Amino acid sequence: MGHHEPVADWARDFDHTDDAWAADPYAIWDELRGTCPVAHTGRYGGAWLPTRYDDIAAVAYDTDRFTSRSVVVSEFRPPDALAPAGIAPPISSDPPYHQDARRMLLPIFSPQAVEKLEPATRAYCEELIDAVRDRDVVDAAEEYAQHIPVRVIANMLGLPEADADVFRGFVNHVLEGVSLPMDQRAEGMMALFGYLQGHIEDHVARPRDDLISFLLDSELDGEKLNPFHVARTIALLLIAGIDTTWSAIGASLWHLAKTPHDRERLVAEPALMPLAIEEFLRAYAPVTMARLVREDMEWNGCPMKAEEWVLLPFPAANRDPAAFERPNDVIIDREVNRHAAFGLGIHRCAGSHLARMEMRVALESWLAAFPAFELADPAAVRWSEGQVRGPRTLPVTIIRG
Amino acid sequence: MKVAIDRARCAGHGRCYFTAPELFEPDEIGDGYVIGDGVVAPSLEAKARLAVANCPERAIDISFDVPVDGIDATAGAS
Repeated sequence: MGHHEPVADWARDFDHTDDAWAADPYAIWDELRGTCPVAHTGRYGGAWLPTRYDDIAAVAYDTDRFTSRSVVVSEFRPPDALAPAGIAPPISSDPPYHQDARRMLLPIFSPQAVEKLEPATRAYCEELIDAVRDRDVVDAAEEYAQHIPVRVIANMLGLPEADADVFRGFVNHVLEGVSLPMDQRAEGMMALFGYLQGHIEDHVARPRDDLISFLLDSELDGEKLNPFHVARTIALLLIAGIDTTWSAIGASLWHLAKTPHDRERLVAEPALMPLAIEEFLRAYAPVTMARLVREDMEWNGCPMKAEEWVLLPFPAANRDPAAFERPNDVIIDREVNRHAAFGLGIHRCAGSHLARMEMRVALESWLAAFPAFELADPAAVRWSEGQVRGPRTLPVTIIRG
Repeated sequence: MKVAIDRARCAGHGRCYFTAPELFEPDEIGDGYVIGDGVVAPSLEAKARLAVANCPERAIDISFDVPVDGIDATAGAS
């Protein structure tokens, strides 16, 4: 967003909101992995960037020395006073509190629960396609991918679908507004919680069969969750559930638009879809997580200071040649694929089964309607900046048979 | 061949029960569990190895009860 100095030295002064990172982070990570596998920057109050699979995994597993108090790198560090739940439980919670706060959510996102959401998801996808079916050029990110997770999560939570633009505004502010001055950032968070508070009060007065009422009725340590905890968990589900899946669907369609062989193969062999989805998740993993260093220490030879950030670029882990054969090739029938797109360890993405279902349904519906399409203008494709990577503008030309 | 899931490592990615639904199943929170006693039919051994190779947490162990000179020796591998 241009609030920062351009990066000249990626090893000592990196910035994950730089235009070069948004344009092609893989080249940056490949270079660093070979020359400076744990990079540093003084920006954002200090941050580290491991790019090897093993180092990223080691930080993710080390919940003693790295705290999840915040997972979005900016100048803003949430106050310790919110512990043990943190600003957006359970992603912001550490053990031992984390376990029960997470356990409570998991049945809602289990494969069995997600399966029940599939018919409605397919109906949304088809409705979106119907609106553009006769067009020659469609923006697959803006007119298709972005709407799918918004509608799914709004319906799960019990928030009005008509507020989709409002959610996207909040999410964009949290994830892409990381270079904004701290007071503007705090204002954006307050606006999000103000919005949610109204809906929570309405659910307290009139409980219904949705996730907000479920959370208000849930207990942790024998006590009902307080509305502020509920608000922070809802904020998490909105922030974690929208841009991420939008990015994964968009990146998959981008790949298929520019790779006719893979597109034709997937149309001809729909049984390949599950493997192809895992490969898109590996090669175009949208999410880079983060931790805060708990105390001053030396880690792998790096002098880490308390309150410095550590980015966890799972997409970089997924391109590490030490962990994957031909890591920069997208192989849609790759059978051995131990990717870390949904993270590693206790914070494994709680919505991963939902995300996979949305990806599969979105791609199946799109390919059924538009078996042939290509990038309308490769230069017009615009990628998001920050810790969630995906195409935000993706004009494709529909090829008619 | 026999498969087992290390409960301390499983984080519920679900790769095992999508890769080899004959051998693994999810519980109500999506964690993976071995179906039955974990003994793998010869026709499913390749799938079992794929499940091991795809588990992001390296939580699945394969073991073999191999008779050696009439004595059962157990070898572990993951």
